[in-house]
Amino acid sequence: MADVLVIGAGPAGLAAARAARTQGALVTLLDAADDVGGQYWRHLPDNRSSERERVLHHGWAAFTELRRALDRDDHCRVLRSAQVWAIEETDAARRKEAPPAQQASEGELRRTTVHILVGPADGAARERLTLKPDAIVVATGAHDRTLPFPGWELPGVFTAGAAQALAKGERVAVGERVVVAGAGPFLLPVAASLVQTGSAVVGVYEASRSRTLASGWLPRPWLLARAGKKGVELAGYVVRQVRHRIPYRTGTAVVRAHGTDRVTAVTIASVDEQWRPVRGTERRVAADAVCVSHAFTPRLELALAAGCELDDAGFVAVDADQRTSVRDVYAAGEITGIGGVELALAEGTIAGHCAAGGSATDDVLRRPLRARSIYQEFAQRMHAAHSVRPGWTGWLTDDTVVCRCEEVNCGALRAAAAATESSSLRSLKLSTRAGLGICQGRICGRTVEKLLADAGPHGRLRDDARFDRRPIAFPLRLGELATDDQ
Amino acid sequence: MPPRSVPPADDPIRPDPSSAVHVTVDGVSRTGRAGQTIAGILLTSGELSWRRTSQKNAPRGVFCGIGVCFDCVVTVNGQRDVRACQRRAADGDVVDTQHDALPAHPADPTSRLSADGGGGDG
Repeated sequence: MADVLVIGAGPAGLAAARAARTQGALVTLLDAADDVGGQYWRHLPDNRSSERERVLHHGWAAFTELRRALDRDDHCRVLRSAQVWAIEETDAARRKEAPPAQQASEGELRRTTVHILVGPADGAARERLTLKPDAIVVATGAHDRTLPFPGWELPGVFTAGAAQALAKGERVAVGERVVVAGAGPFLLPVAASLVQTGSAVVGVYEASRSRTLASGWLPRPWLLARAGKKGVELAGYVVRQVRHRIPYRTGTAVVRAHGTDRVTAVTIASVDEQWRPVRGTERRVAADAVCVSHAFTPRLELALAAGCELDDAGFVAVDADQRTSVRDVYAAGEITGIGGVELALAEGTIAGHCAAGGSATDDVLRRPLRARSIYQEFAQRMHAAHSVRPGWTGWLTDDTVVCRCEEVNCGALRAAAAATESSSLRSLKLSTRAGLGICQGRICGRTVEKLLADAGPHGRLRDDARFDRRPIAFPLRLGELATDDQ
Repeated sequence: MPPRSVPPADDPIRPDPSSAVHVTVDGVSRTGRAGQTIAGILLTSGELSWRRTSQKNAPRGVFCGIGVCFDCVVTVNGQRDVRACQRRAADGDVVDTQHDALPAHPADPTSRLSADGGGGDG
């Protein structure tokens, strides 16, 4: 019986665990949060029961059913509050097509070792656990990418994901008058969640212009019709928008947040096709909370620690079986490309099935394979309509904070890049400290890479250093390392 | 207005009654609902920010809300750098806010000692 470890229990990981069990594997499903569901099904804890929590979610009944089935299954171990902090690969594991002789004598050698801490978040006395599974499915998801703008570090400015997590996970409203801004269809469910907490949403400001949205979403509409369920979900949000009369403005962006110790207002401006702010269009809007997300950043550290290669877009590269460049390591969900819940479920099912010894040509995968192709097409439309355009740097000022941890501003970064004539990320980090703070460049990494590439002679980075490469995937206490039980 | 909890009577999910959780924050007792994170309790007790940054002494609270940005870190029961948005409050938790002064410059060994509240190692 194959022993499959699934890292991350959002939609992709849950689907992978179920498929691996169906295929007969022993499964360990783990998540850093204290319950499964991921950010998509982020929900209230057990001691906050309610009659109708489902009204906050899509697919809630399917989720709770799946959770119950996995929890009751003796051959599926579900580890909650489990943080993977390192993955050690072996040389043999790196080679996808190992020579037959090596395959025969695989044993311990070909296995990847996964180091885990189980216990309360950032706690001191967590239990240490080491696993050596036959196969791994990495389904670590993504987090919001918020592009910096002057004042974004003020209290009261949140990522859209934070507003969503507080609304769904705690029933906390982030403010009374809330601005939602950035790009992408995710802004709509966030606005809907805010309305359900009783906040007034002043407006949803989408940076992409109507023409870009139309050219992304509208061509070949007969293909879009295949994605029926997703279309219904989005239509639901639009109906809710209209009912609550929330203005949805395209081609606009928050270009500045105002306030001293907290946000009190924002400046909204029109932006052109390339997201460059248009002079003279600025207007001030009062708000006590601002929720901004422009894109998503895949959580790659564990996939990279396992040795997985990335594709040109910076996501984990996978084949038809959802297999990565590393033998016996599979990936599914947002780390292989931002595509939403339906795509994550389909990819998770395929990954779990194949990790447990199956193949993408197996008959039982007919439906998930078809779903994957439909929602990949859907994801391409989303990308064409909403992806970050380069002109956004036009709203940066010299004193805009870029690295929030080390408080490195845009002027300092640009000056360092110019002074050293360097397009080496490593040297820029060391000379400015950008990205070296406690978040390890998770928030500013992609932005620093972009600003540096813009400053360089060829518009790209010189070295292949990346923020996503972190030998210790997550900060942990030295004491936890030191209590060696060997 | 600071963030607030949705009043149970107005909540479309029709919540069952929930119990309270009591913690202290910088010595002041605070009450939240069982299952809330420390960030949730801070936010709904009127605090939008609870950390000061090292370089600019700027206020910070919750930003990402999902454990990625580390803006919200606090000291819990003497343990530093706990992400308030990720840690569920337990009854009796002693929470201290963190204001981390910069480490002293090697040429000026006294600067750290004179820094206001430096360390907050509580």
